[in-house]
Amino acid sequence: MRHLPVAGKTVSVLFAAALLAACSGSAKKEEEEAAAAAAAAAAAAQAEQQAASAAAAAEQQRLLDAASAYGNVFYFDFDSYNLKPEALEALDAHIAALQGSEATVRLEGHTDERGTREYNMALGERRANAVRDYMVVNGVPSYRIESVSYGEERPIAYGSGESNWSQNRRVELK
Amino acid sequence: MKRLMLAIAPLLLALAALDARAQLTIEITQGMDNPTAIAVVPFAWQGSGTAPEDVAWVVDSDLARSGQFAPVARSDMLGRPSTQKDIFYRDWRAIESEYLLIGRASAEGAQMRIEYELYDVNRQKMVHSGVETGPANEARMLAHRVSDAVYEKLTGITGAFATRLLYVSVTRVPGGKDYYRLTLADSDGARPIVLLESREPVLAPGWSPDGSQISYVSFETGRPAIYRQNLATGTREQLTNFKGLNGAPAWSPDGNTMAMVLSKDGSPDIYLMNLSTKKLTRVTRHYAIDTEPTWMPDGRSLLFTSDRGGRPQIYRYDLRTGTTERVTFEGGYNARARVAQDGRNVVMVHQQSGRFHIAILDLVTNRLQVLTSTELDESPSIAPNGSMVLYATKRGDRGILAAVSVDGGVKFRLPSREGDVREPAWSPYMGR
Repeated sequence: MRHLPVAGKTVSVLFAAALLAACSGSAKKEEEEAAAAAAAAAAAAQAEQQAASAAAAAEQQRLLDAASAYGNVFYFDFDSYNLKPEALEALDAHIAALQGSEATVRLEGHTDERGTREYNMALGERRANAVRDYMVVNGVPSYRIESVSYGEERPIAYGSGESNWSQNRRVELK
Repeated sequence: MKRLMLAIAPLLLALAALDARAQLTIEITQGMDNPTAIAVVPFAWQGSGTAPEDVAWVVDSDLARSGQFAPVARSDMLGRPSTQKDIFYRDWRAIESEYLLIGRASAEGAQMRIEYELYDVNRQKMVHSGVETGPANEARMLAHRVSDAVYEKLTGITGAFATRLLYVSVTRVPGGKDYYRLTLADSDGARPIVLLESREPVLAPGWSPDGSQISYVSFETGRPAIYRQNLATGTREQLTNFKGLNGAPAWSPDGNTMAMVLSKDGSPDIYLMNLSTKKLTRVTRHYAIDTEPTWMPDGRSLLFTSDRGGRPQIYRYDLRTGTTERVTFEGGYNARARVAQDGRNVVMVHQQSGRFHIAILDLVTNRLQVLTSTELDESPSIAPNGSMVLYATKRGDRGILAAVSVDGGVKFRLPSREGDVREPAWSPYMGR
């Protein structure tokens, strides 16, 4: 959205240079003037482009900062793979940042220690896929997303009890 | 090169230090009410030097671990006979030993020979005698075979001491990547050998039906893949590399097919892989989670876990008719079944009041019995003779292995002094 006005300005500058060249009387003078004008226009265009890409980079950095402010870990309830409202908000920020780049992401699904290991491996995949599906629906191409489940094999917190388990039921975006 | 050596050196040192502490020990926590008293007299050593192994002590420990025997303490023995002529029955009656095992061990070159005799003290008569021969460096395995013979003679049940275990142990690295080790050990936890070590998860170890090969899942490539490995040659083969889940490998009873879980077609389903052609056949086709396949001993059907009914339960798939029926109905969480060789007893993880226990289901009577009382019990593996169930549990915040008899009467733990131990897989009978 922010790139369009910038591009429009660049085009209008080039158009003015062409008009100037067409209206002049002396051929040689006209050529010189036209060349000077063209050079000036090109310089202006380059400056505009640099400003535009700098602005785009700044904007992309702003989106990345906004996304990272939310963190890259999304938590889930026991035996659930439903995305929570806070996860959706965080994901929206990550999606906005991804749309301004060609970066690929890896989604790692995790569970707590309760239940069997292979069932948890499947549950971790469902969590990662829930995040993937939300990203795809919101415009991130699926080929840029890889999801891998680690089940209960990679806990953040080793102890038992809900205070530890709740930290382990998660998807990490990398 | 020098930098590389420096980088590796601390790792090797750390590993060497770990190995000495990594062996499992055994703590018997519950035995039978009236165990049979037996005296296992130290076997006479008839070779040169000292005996490579205290054979009688291995037998003594095996019988004690079964919970069905109460071996007499060596300090209580009034004599140390090693041949029939040296036996004074009154010495053994005096300490109320019902049976007496004596024997002799010898070595010729790299070969070891163990001869033994079992006596009924009250009837004053030999009830069994036998000879075991084999490589001297397998002395412990020969001793376990003596245990198997004694156990079978006195209980009528084939012994399962001369078998092995696979398990996964994890050494935590705070703030870093953990060490995962796939370990092979004797059935009593002795002689551990690390088969695979990785900084990425290793799980789901299992055996080929003849005990010559193992299968497991490793994340060493950054995603899960199923491998099989030949124990004698060490050669291994990557069987799968599909997008999504590659898990829960289970060898068919004839050894030709591997059941597994793949999610390459969308949701986790059970597939069969022909191990010669690598051709895949899809078994289940359901949007629910279908996982943890295991074979019935006749190879004609599979048990698996599915949440198609809302919560995880055990289902049975008939490979001939293609029909699926639900097996478990008691409780809201039944998963990861393993079937005894009799095809009748099924052990599984069963949730009760929010806690996860090991339960056993009799497929004939449909009676379900909860065998354990700890909180996070999982990964049950049944002995080839169907007598004991090995499983993983937690003690404090550490993972340990424990065992319970199928009637719930005998319990023991196999704590390790180092790391978390999990996912035991009891071997089939070896070399039979």
